[in-house]
Amino acid sequence: MRPAGRGELESLYFDYPHFEPPVRDPAVVEERARVMIVGAGPVGLVAALALAREGVASILLERKDTFNDGSRAICIARQSYHILERIGAVDRFVDKSYGWTTGRSFYRGRQILEFRMPHGADEKFLPMYNLEQQYIEQFLWEAVRESGLIDLRWQSEATAIDENPDGVTVSVRDPKGDYRVKAEWLLAADGARSAVRALCGLRLRGDNHEGRYVIADVQMEHDYPTVRRALFDPASNPGRTVLIHRQPDNIWRIDYQLEDGEDENTALSEAHVRAMVGAILKEIGHDKPWALEWWSIYSANTLALDDYRRGRILFIGDSAHVVPIFGVRGLNNGLADAENAAWKLARVLRGEAGEALLDSYSPERRGATLDVFANATKSARFMTPPTQGWRLVRDAALALAVDHDFARPFANPRQMTPYTYSGSPATCADEDGFSGGPPPGAVAVNVMLGDGTWLSDHLGIGFTGVLFSPRAGVAAAMGAALARLDPRFRLLVIGAGGEGVLADTDGRIARAYGAQPGSFYLLRPDMHVAGRLLHGDPGRLVASMKTILWGKEA
Amino acid sequence: MGMAFEGLESFYEALAVAIDEAGPSGRDAMLTRLALVLANELGDRDKALAAIAASLKASEDPPSVPLR
Repeated sequence: MRPAGRGELESLYFDYPHFEPPVRDPAVVEERARVMIVGAGPVGLVAALALAREGVASILLERKDTFNDGSRAICIARQSYHILERIGAVDRFVDKSYGWTTGRSFYRGRQILEFRMPHGADEKFLPMYNLEQQYIEQFLWEAVRESGLIDLRWQSEATAIDENPDGVTVSVRDPKGDYRVKAEWLLAADGARSAVRALCGLRLRGDNHEGRYVIADVQMEHDYPTVRRALFDPASNPGRTVLIHRQPDNIWRIDYQLEDGEDENTALSEAHVRAMVGAILKEIGHDKPWALEWWSIYSANTLALDDYRRGRILFIGDSAHVVPIFGVRGLNNGLADAENAAWKLARVLRGEAGEALLDSYSPERRGATLDVFANATKSARFMTPPTQGWRLVRDAALALAVDHDFARPFANPRQMTPYTYSGSPATCADEDGFSGGPPPGAVAVNVMLGDGTWLSDHLGIGFTGVLFSPRAGVAAAMGAALARLDPRFRLLVIGAGGEGVLADTDGRIARAYGAQPGSFYLLRPDMHVAGRLLHGDPGRLVASMKTILWGKEA
Repeated sequence: MGMAFEGLESFYEALAVAIDEAGPSGRDAMLTRLALVLANELGDRDKALAAIAASLKASEDPPSVPLR
């Protein structure tokens, strides 16, 4: 919502483009596509770009004629920046966004905690970046425009779907009429109110938590670093919680919890929002002018589909799961869904993997959602205690945290770390003997190298093998065997130096991976570890990779 | 001193559930019994009394100061 007198897209800082529907021949009523993606929000755009990186073309439908109406999802996590880097779009994000590592929690006006998210020189990106969702969509759209493989159709809506064993026929409506697209695969990226999900007759299941928040953006000259502030029981919103984030273009996000039973329409009236925001700004010492930009309402839910795949349809992002905002995992998990679906689907479409590879999509990404639920439920209970019991212990912990270290970790939002796909069919069983390093399913550890690059810069666009100080001849044999399974396979030899060897002069990469001479890691295109060998028979991992791509029967 | 945060968090969660289970009428009595049980387990008079002082002090309203 926006202040009276301003249209839905009249922003103080962002010029909304207007996109025309596609120019098409009305006589053509049926088209074909390898992949259709419904929804050009951040998740659908990343899915299209991740497919394009693999050389797979797609048709991308978007019901609206422009980008998102407000800033909404503003926190992008480190792992998402790695995804954006892999799809060739990260530079614009790095230039515009504000990175951060620090959060501060306050109880009744007193700081009770300053936390830092895990970070070090071996990380290429900061733990978190703030950027308004319109910019996220604009930057991805710019990359889409440059890709040449993505047919983005604005003002185009999916009105019906017909599922077949070999594809999905989608009925599309745009201002010029109706037509059908026979797609081999359909990615539903059309958000929490997914039309595709409804057309399939599927429902999200789970819990609605107590507590609603107004999320409001203001523009102001405000002197405070990019630090997430959480105010518990502040004078401006007694008994409740306020969150404050800095965004680019002098925009500040103020989220404040509503009173239980407070009427939503009253709470969302401009006068009410202005009064609340004004009181909060006064409390944080802002006495200069501010302008109200945009506001909306949010309630904490943990909802998910039972299965993220249904035949030839994959659900990615909010169409598959709705999570509470406190862990900032809505957008970030959606982007990981998009990349996970894309690299697997591209291999199936190219005939380099069987559908068995796609069977791992739902367990991996639904597992990540359930992990978020567990953490977000903790955060939601602390931010917004659902009952008197949870309120009493929360208030006791906050009150004790003023003077006692032991009670402070309760106020840490524990914004999440990447999920480990333990036991996924797209990873191998771990080998005994490793004393460190990322196990199968975990995200590969990044390491800064002597030449100022990072290990992640040297990974390929397919599977990457990381081989530590091999005996003569081993590297060539392994590289050839794995390249037969994945034409995009890249072998990275780590050693003291020399031709074709990534120099690990001080042994930092080997230490980070718990590697010995002859150790081998197989990394997936999404930077998760597929499997590893301490110094065993390389042939075993070749067989495992075949099982990952083709299933047990192959 | 103290226990690892994970242990403390388990206690925090069980306590929230127990307070709700005791209900509005039984809550004070339950919390008081809990304090006595814990004091006995602590086995240290000075520490137990210091815990009372710490919990009493934390219940006072901290003075409001600008959040900067």
